[in-house]
Amino acid sequence: MTRLEGTKFELPAFADASALEGGPPRPPWKDVLSRLRRNKLAVAGFIIIGFVIVMALTAPFVAQQHPDANGTFKIFPRDNKQPPSLAHLMGTDALGRDMLSLVIYGSRVSLLVGVFAVGFAILLGAFLGAISGYAGGRLDNVIMRLMDIMLAFPSILLALAIVVIIGPGLFNAMLAVGVVSIPTYARITRATVLAESNRDYVLSARAVGAGPQRILWRHIMPNALSPLIIAASLGIATAILDAAGLGFLGLGAQPPTPEWGLLLSRNRSHIFTSPWMVFFPGISIMFLVLGFNLLGDGLRDALDPKMSRQR
Amino acid sequence: MIRYILRRLLLVIPVVVGVTFLAYSMVLLTGDPTSALAGEHATPALRAQIREQLGLDDPLLVQYARYVGRLLQGDFGTSIMTRTPVGSELRQFFPATMELAFSAMLIAILIGVPLGVIAGYKHNTFVDLANTVAALIGVSMPIFWLALIMLWVFGLKLGWFPTTGRLDTAVELTKITNLYVVDSLLTSNPAALWNALHHLALPAMALATIPTAFIARITRSAMLDVLGEDYIRTARAKGAVERVVVFRHALKNAMLPVLTVIGLQVGLLMSGAILTETIFAWPGMGRWVVNAIIARNIPVIQTAVLVFALIFVFVNLLVDLLYAWVDPRIHYG
Repeated sequence: MTRLEGTKFELPAFADASALEGGPPRPPWKDVLSRLRRNKLAVAGFIIIGFVIVMALTAPFVAQQHPDANGTFKIFPRDNKQPPSLAHLMGTDALGRDMLSLVIYGSRVSLLVGVFAVGFAILLGAFLGAISGYAGGRLDNVIMRLMDIMLAFPSILLALAIVVIIGPGLFNAMLAVGVVSIPTYARITRATVLAESNRDYVLSARAVGAGPQRILWRHIMPNALSPLIIAASLGIATAILDAAGLGFLGLGAQPPTPEWGLLLSRNRSHIFTSPWMVFFPGISIMFLVLGFNLLGDGLRDALDPKMSRQR
Repeated sequence: MIRYILRRLLLVIPVVVGVTFLAYSMVLLTGDPTSALAGEHATPALRAQIREQLGLDDPLLVQYARYVGRLLQGDFGTSIMTRTPVGSELRQFFPATMELAFSAMLIAILIGVPLGVIAGYKHNTFVDLANTVAALIGVSMPIFWLALIMLWVFGLKLGWFPTTGRLDTAVELTKITNLYVVDSLLTSNPAALWNALHHLALPAMALATIPTAFIARITRSAMLDVLGEDYIRTARAKGAVERVVVFRHALKNAMLPVLTVIGLQVGLLMSGAILTETIFAWPGMGRWVVNAIIARNIPVIQTAVLVFALIFVFVNLLVDLLYAWVDPRIHYG
């Protein structure tokens, strides 16, 4: 599906002027970086994600209110339902807690969910896909039919089914959202492995006596890295959205975790009187998801010029 | 062609078997089913009796075969909450979701395709950029949040649309298919038709947002690909009007990838329906399954999972077949 030449691991010698002059070759990631920098939307995505990461890391310093050791935020009944003001930029909720502080601490949860779910899915998916593509035959058939069955379910529904089986909660929701996306990564990896296994460099590696393990993991798999990175960035976006959806349905993070989807659903009944309680958690989800989508699109253009649709 | 269709149909079999097996095993994976029926403190004797009655001591494959046998007879079990057959609840909720999803898809195609065509045609202009950004925001939006905001603005602040249900209780409608729009047309009932459409508008628009964004993006890139082709230059060279070039020559060829995406959107639509229905109190499959999950009403969850997955499988089958039919260049061996 996606063959990568001249991007990351196989620079044709003539593409590199400095190599001809005898100087140190320009590392391929520099090309990628400069292409990425020229893509304004990708830069915007990068800034958004960076902003949220900084917010998550500095939460104890920038937030106004903090959770106690149990993760519970103190309630201030007298300050309840305050509209946004200088004292509370995002207003307060029905218990008088500062919405901005909840949203800031919530960013930690969403980032964690996105990275964990996708990391887990890539590890398993890439492993299954690599084995499937390289071994071929019956094993390939069994693994890919299994992936087909998983793909036969709409993602949230499969995640819901998994949560029904293993029970609600933040960790289980992360797991469910991760499991659901395994087939995506398996398919990408398998396609790359299939495309690469008959290339000359694989044959020559085999000719000099490299074993199948070494050929697969050291020679072929690095080529799957770029498509996986692109898919991961877009996958984190989906994972955050799905996990927020589970939180909203009450099947993901449980109180007192300030997860954005959960915050939104808890404040849902107040939308008529205090819409800011619903507005801000939602816009935060959109902001972060947008960041990952922008970055993913930009990475696709930068890492894989051939896949790019932009002219 | 016929061989391709047959092979594609055969591929569906293992998937359907897998899906039914997963639906079946949910009973066993979610804990002791006797507790769900007789309570946590049931005596061992009572449990044994229930196990005997339900055949839970038989080999797994025998139980599975029995489950599939019942499914084939249209027996989906009994809802633990309402004690009514799941099948009759399904007949009531399924059309509601179909009506919602179909309307949303229609909106998404009617808006998304023209937007994508314009963006592709005027690429690298402000219109294109605005379109790209809007589509990206559309894809990044949590649908439950958008639905709530729409409910607040259009339902409450402006009061343009009703915010819950499918029909006002005062409106009378003879139910034939349970698709209210169809039913009101069949019984030529304009009052009910108007009321049903009025209720449908907000949830359908909320549900349509993400598919619209996706379709616009794909149409744009497909148009970009096609507009660079030689036959477009030929069409222009022979003096064809620009409108004819764009709509007859380009769009027709750009529709192939769009078709695939529309097929894939069905899955997203169903995920979206689960959330949208919860917010607009739309009495469909989504709300049904969420309530069932909260109440651990396994027969309902099983059926809903099964039905959702089967729709998804068959829509994708349909898209694949359509693909082969639309594109005569593809010859499948």
